[in-house]
Amino acid sequence: MQPFMQHAVLAGTAVALAAGLVGYFLVLRAQVFTADALSHTAFTGALAALAAGFDARVGLFAVTVVVALGMGLLGRRSRPDDVVIGGVFAWILGLGVLFLTLYTSHRSGSGNGSGSVAVLFGSIFGLSWSRALLTALVGLATCLVLLLIARPLLFASLDEAVAAARGVPVRVLGLVFLVLVGVTAAESTQVVGALLILGLMAAPAAAAIRLTTRPFRALLLSGTIAVASVWIGLAASYAFHQLPPSFTILAVATSAYVVTFPIGGLLRSRGRDRARPR
Amino acid sequence: MTFSPNLIDDFRDIWSLMFMVNAFRAGTIVAVLAALVGWYMVLRRQSFAGHTLALVGFPGAAFAVLVGLGVTFGYFAFCIAAALVIAALPTDSRRGYSEESAVVGTVQSFALALGVLFVGLYRGFLNGTNALLFGSFLGITSAQVLTLAAVAVVVLGVLALVGRPLLFASVDPDVARARGVPTGLLGAVFLVLLGATVAEVGQITGVLLIFALLVLPPATAQQLTSRPLPGLALSVVFGLVTVWVALFVAFYSDYPVGFWLTTISFVLYVLVRGGVAARGSLAARAPLSGGAV
Repeated sequence: MQPFMQHAVLAGTAVALAAGLVGYFLVLRAQVFTADALSHTAFTGALAALAAGFDARVGLFAVTVVVALGMGLLGRRSRPDDVVIGGVFAWILGLGVLFLTLYTSHRSGSGNGSGSVAVLFGSIFGLSWSRALLTALVGLATCLVLLLIARPLLFASLDEAVAAARGVPVRVLGLVFLVLVGVTAAESTQVVGALLILGLMAAPAAAAIRLTTRPFRALLLSGTIAVASVWIGLAASYAFHQLPPSFTILAVATSAYVVTFPIGGLLRSRGRDRARPR
Repeated sequence: MTFSPNLIDDFRDIWSLMFMVNAFRAGTIVAVLAALVGWYMVLRRQSFAGHTLALVGFPGAAFAVLVGLGVTFGYFAFCIAAALVIAALPTDSRRGYSEESAVVGTVQSFALALGVLFVGLYRGFLNGTNALLFGSFLGITSAQVLTLAAVAVVVLGVLALVGRPLLFASVDPDVARARGVPTGLLGAVFLVLLGATVAEVGQITGVLLIFALLVLPPATAQQLTSRPLPGLALSVVFGLVTVWVALFVAFYSDYPVGFWLTTISFVLYVLVRGGVAARGSLAARAPLSGGAV
């Protein structure tokens, strides 16, 4: 395996695992739109840092985490609502355009806006060794924190009122979760890009939920499908050079979800047969 | 041309340029359309679906360029097809969680991935990518304005036909279904209308900035009134103010029109929301003096 491919597999695996695990809770909590907004925020953050002359990653993480917290605080019970997300979202993207203009007009060397295209759609085959290692570490840390809070978060997601009554800190958990979503979105910009990470969060999780109703099994399955999507996607893109890796990864994840429609139906009807008294 | 305090002279300056006249014409059409369709979208809490349909315009346009068809055709074909996909996929809420958002998110990412593929296959499309994503308000031809107007008339005509039952179905789907209103069909029709609208708006604002016209003006209007007709009218007013001010300011400033569009509509939203909250707390202090509804 060539070095660039090793870097891609290392970073891609970690990001996919984080996206799969975070995505399960996103789908469970019906917060996919929030993740959508956060992933677009990552774009603005990266361009703001580029325009100001910093490393793109600094702006990426700072802005995404701040916006995650802000949206959580604006909404009820740390769950931002539809209009708040849409409104904040629209403005953030507008700011992104402003930074794009500032960056391309005031800083030489990138006059054609290719920097923004890389942030939006990822450049997984262009990762250096140190960058890949850092991405992998951030991804693993995200997974660890998520697994630590998984039990109370699950409780809070399935029945918020009862969880709050039983003393689970629902609001804090919601905020921590949003920050995890923000970090995942930010680090994924280097792998599949700010616009495409949503698929890596939503599709494997939705597929897993169709296959099993048990929470921890679904969580594991979601992570597995996400990682498998990245591996198969990378291999396919390596084999067929004209297919960009971002496309193949998303294509595999989407097909995994589509395939679960008939399989999930079959499993459910079998379960119903077994449950029926003879 | 420089800015002067005399606004009439300023507008005479701006409108002496054909591309600015077309920008104002197209902006006006798009603002009215987005404000009306967006009002229903905000009411139905379908912003996420709207955003997804909007993004589908990107692969649509990229595909059209790749195979050599008109970009307008690509926008409409892809956005309406995606609307039908979202409408056809299962979104039942009986399973204890809402799968709709997962479906929408997957459609969105896959569509964007297709866009990446088309751009990759075409090569040399890189400059166009940013224009597709962030709009090109300032290069609109008279023929495009005519197309925009024709589509807007059709969409608004259909919306006028289904407006009343759609309102009923959006506010209380269960009662509407019990009364024999075909809520599923109405939902699908609305998604197609939404698809056509974002295809149209996206050509002007770029697929990423549609929300500035589709969500914020209606959301601002709904802060002020929950009655349908005044709400729709206010929404149109906010949309028009946003577009006109944004075009005016962008003409005299160095910054892109997309930035002004989103900023002006967001500031309007924040101001109105703050005003309503302030009035609400005043009314709560003096409950007998009337106040905010």
